[in-house]
Amino acid sequence: MSLSDVTRGGGPARVIKVDALARVEGEGALYVRVRNNEIRDLKFRIYEPPRFFEGLLRGRMYSDAPDITARICGICPVAYIMGASHAMEAALGVDVPRDIHEMRRLIYCGEWIQSHVLHAAMLHAPDFLGLQDALQIAAANPDLVKAALRLKKLGNDLMATIGGRAVHPVNTKVGGFYKAPSIEALRVLLPEVEWGLGAAETLLDAFSGFDFPDYDYDYTCVSLGNTTAYPIMEGDIVVSGGEAIPLDGFMDRYEEFQVAHSTSLHARPKDGSGPYLVGPIARYNNNFDRLSTRARDAARRAGLGPIVTNPFKSLLVRMVETIHALEEVRRIIEGYRGLAAPSAPVAVRAGTGCGCTEAPRGICFHRYELGEDGRIAKALIMPPTSQNQPQIERDLRGVVEKNLDMADEDLKWLCEQTIRNYDPCISCSCHFLELTIERE
Amino acid sequence: MAGARKPRLAVHKFASCDGCQLTLLDCEDQLLDVVGEIEIAYFLEATRQEIRGPYDVSLVEGSITTAHDIERVRRVRAQSKMLIAIGSCATAGGVQALRNTADIDALARAVYPNPEYFQTLTTSTAIQDHVKVDFELRGCPISREQLIEVVSAYLTRRKPNIPNYSQCMECKQAGTVCVMVAHGTPCLGPVTQAGCGNVCPSCERGCYGCFGPKEKANAKSLARWFEGSLGLSGRQTHDLYRTFNAGAPAFCEVGLAAIGEKTDETVAEVTR
Ligand code: SF4
Ligand code: SF4
Repeated sequence: MSLSDVTRGGGPARVIKVDALARVEGEGALYVRVRNNEIRDLKFRIYEPPRFFEGLLRGRMYSDAPDITARICGICPVAYIMGASHAMEAALGVDVPRDIHEMRRLIYCGEWIQSHVLHAAMLHAPDFLGLQDALQIAAANPDLVKAALRLKKLGNDLMATIGGRAVHPVNTKVGGFYKAPSIEALRVLLPEVEWGLGAAETLLDAFSGFDFPDYDYDYTCVSLGNTTAYPIMEGDIVVSGGEAIPLDGFMDRYEEFQVAHSTSLHARPKDGSGPYLVGPIARYNNNFDRLSTRARDAARRAGLGPIVTNPFKSLLVRMVETIHALEEVRRIIEGYRGLAAPSAPVAVRAGTGCGCTEAPRGICFHRYELGEDGRIAKALIMPPTSQNQPQIERDLRGVVEKNLDMADEDLKWLCEQTIRNYDPCISCSCHFLELTIERE
Repeated sequence: MAGARKPRLAVHKFASCDGCQLTLLDCEDQLLDVVGEIEIAYFLEATRQEIRGPYDVSLVEGSITTAHDIERVRRVRAQSKMLIAIGSCATAGGVQALRNTADIDALARAVYPNPEYFQTLTTSTAIQDHVKVDFELRGCPISREQLIEVVSAYLTRRKPNIPNYSQCMECKQAGTVCVMVAHGTPCLGPVTQAGCGNVCPSCERGCYGCFGPKEKANAKSLARWFEGSLGLSGRQTHDLYRTFNAGAPAFCEVGLAAIGEKTDETVAEVTR
């Protein structure tokens, strides 16, 4: 990409050279230049050493993609497994029966629960309390942290019961599962699910009392939708306002681009309409009516309307989605009578297929081209964090603008908190944001 | 308060997916107790608080893929009494070690329009290729039980009880029917180190080797069995051996041989 991308935020055409090698990896860096109390330049950089997944997949069998792409992120492996599986099933013309789809939804709910609770209670809540970490909350309110840990464990247990283990489950494959999960092993979790519903409501109530920084944005929300259920792996891609794009039309409308200051690719709409939002708030805003009654009631009690515009409240939306996911878990387990067959038959042929599912952090898009032998000719993966990057920068700009008179240390924390609204996959979680403010 | 200071634990990340360090946060039942006995001094993914080294125990996740990583892992070593490499990334270079035998420029171009914007080494290598490692915990990801075992062994100053026999033994212990004998499913169990808890075979799936080669693994003879008795192509054998422990010498060599490529000296060097 050109220099203009680097300096797109305006300001003098001065390229800030971030020498990736001179910085600490896994860290976000934010650079802000201010003149006459105005932001002249702002850049948010994520530096993750590149691992070249799309390249490594070339030449591998279609069936390797779910397990290999799972290793992109240990917090949301199921999102990668399902996105890759759906794409391969589309390319190979595999019909997945309803019972398998429901079981996939169940393991995906487990991932939502563990990821949402981990993020909301352990990683994000401390910010609102001015604490360094969840262990400090544990000192003040041990019951809250114990409840959060127990709820997160329920999510992990669901994943392990269905998938064999919680991080990088092994029982999933293109077409379905290796072995049908045991009815008994799932049923014994039901009392814990019942407890979890109450616990999630208690956590949401506690979090809704936080002091939320004053910042709103009229987001362009991109999520799955146009379906009857609150979407996890179903439907088309929808944009705020209701326009629906079929999955295989997505790349006609959106593209990835590279900026010099980040190893994470960014994404943008081709029509130049600017940044967009994916993730819990986007899903919620596009699908509020599809939430369960109990989840909607909880949202109302927490002071959320059908459209959320304050990104700091993503913490609350995560807990609302946790409540919804727990109800889904109960529904699916209660109705589970075993699988007619653990997986649908798969026959190899050439083809191209797309898959897109709602990772906890937002839509994760996959597209693969397969040769006649079922080997991957080309792979494209658009994770949620790269799609959110431009919006994160936009939010940071807004937040900094409003708080220019803050002391550097406080402003730094507020910026970290702003980034954590997005729960960027913790491989790039930006604790220890390095903030450089040049005031001229 | 005066008296013995709690041992300090640090968690460091290199190129990885975070799955192994997440395993530490997944010890829900033990977490608050463990925290009672140790001080978590540095753990970016969990706390803003940063306590400078030296550390009593450093858990190191991820592989070395940049020149700066090499510098950083040396600093970590210098600050740590005991350094434990956790997971396939840290013990064998991870799935990203597939780059070691590929054309890195082609890989980079497959992902980035402007690969010149960043610098990266042509290899992804294990921590012990660069510094002395006191213990290696295998797995992609590591097992929670083994992690707790190693940390508690350290706290009580005993030798950790981590078996080095094969995954086959876990099947026997668990009474799992052999997937190769019963279904003709290719399985790396005979050459893979135990420890995962018999995860794949108990799902009727063949082991894909995520715990890496066991001591003195006879990967070659298993490869012959795959091709001779199960009818796998060389390519299929290669793919089996060359995934999450692609860089582990025992798997790398046999995998490459299966597609008629030799482990040349450069490969041998980067993979060990
Ligand atoms: S070894 Fe596997 S689970 Fe662990 S960090 Fe590497 S890719 Fe993730
Ligand atoms: S059976 Fe093999 S591949 Fe499966 S989890 Fe265990 S070591 Fe990993």
